[in-house]
Amino acid sequence: MVFKRSEPARKSGAVPIPVKIVVAGGYAVGKTTFVGSISEIEPLTTEAALTTHSQGVDIAGEAGKTSTTVAMDFGRISLGDDLILYLFGTPGQDRFHFMWDDLVRGAIGAVVLVDTSRLEDCFSAVDYFESAGIPFVVAVNAFFGRIHHSLDDVRDALAIPASVPMMVTDARDRAATKSTLLELVQHALTRASAPA
Amino acid sequence: MNETPREDRLRVRPYALTGGRVRSSTELALETIVRVTSRGETNSHELATERRQICELCSDPTSIVEVSAHLRLPLGVARVLVGDMVTDGFLDCNATPAADQDSRPDLRLLERVLDGLQAL
Repeated sequence: MVFKRSEPARKSGAVPIPVKIVVAGGYAVGKTTFVGSISEIEPLTTEAALTTHSQGVDIAGEAGKTSTTVAMDFGRISLGDDLILYLFGTPGQDRFHFMWDDLVRGAIGAVVLVDTSRLEDCFSAVDYFESAGIPFVVAVNAFFGRIHHSLDDVRDALAIPASVPMMVTDARDRAATKSTLLELVQHALTRASAPA
Repeated sequence: MNETPREDRLRVRPYALTGGRVRSSTELALETIVRVTSRGETNSHELATERRQICELCSDPTSIVEVSAHLRLPLGVARVLVGDMVTDGFLDCNATPAADQDSRPDLRLLERVLDGLQAL
């Protein structure tokens, strides 16, 4: 049956527009804490089957292959009546990249959360966003207010281009999270307004 | 994050709900926000349980990922069901189909996000 646009809708007002930001990083780096510190709802969890990449294949017929799922936490922030920002916390390992293509499509950009005691955990996320041309910032999560290396050292260690903003953040702190998100959106704006 | 064994939350194999399909005729981004239409409100009692629950949940604007989380449906399943329900006029959405979303949000939208975040 075809939906007729002219059908009188009892609901008034337009359906809000969604925008999204991806929060990536290694295991237990604080992605869900970061999302939860600013989300207006308790972060929710959705599950995607690891076989999602085999689209077009009849999954129901592949018994046993859907036994593994990957959990993704997300939160939301209403920005006025007609705009909702979703924050998606996503696993950083290579084997989850099949999800990222879907996740980053149409995204404002990404925040790569870094734990300086486990720098290598974010290599894969940095590589991904760089090669996909997604605007991203690198935020070093200061556990208990401390970081083990300076931002310059982290930039060198991760070979992050000078054009990519880096900052120290605190995933537990709403103001720090907000400021990190603002940096990302500003960075995306700057990139979007630069001549191609 | 973590990789967990699937819990048996559904009484049927999840993709049985979609007739085994992993794609809907209307391909929507996972953050697409939908809301029940008057047609959906009037006719939801005729629908299968999951679709009826989606109509009820979406009396307020709700994204596909939220449908998935609240109804404990795998994301792929929620996406197919919601896509079908948009096609059938039970739900209304305000998003371009996923296939058209390869580009980033435009300047105007980014500025609104920036202003909105600053005002928090």
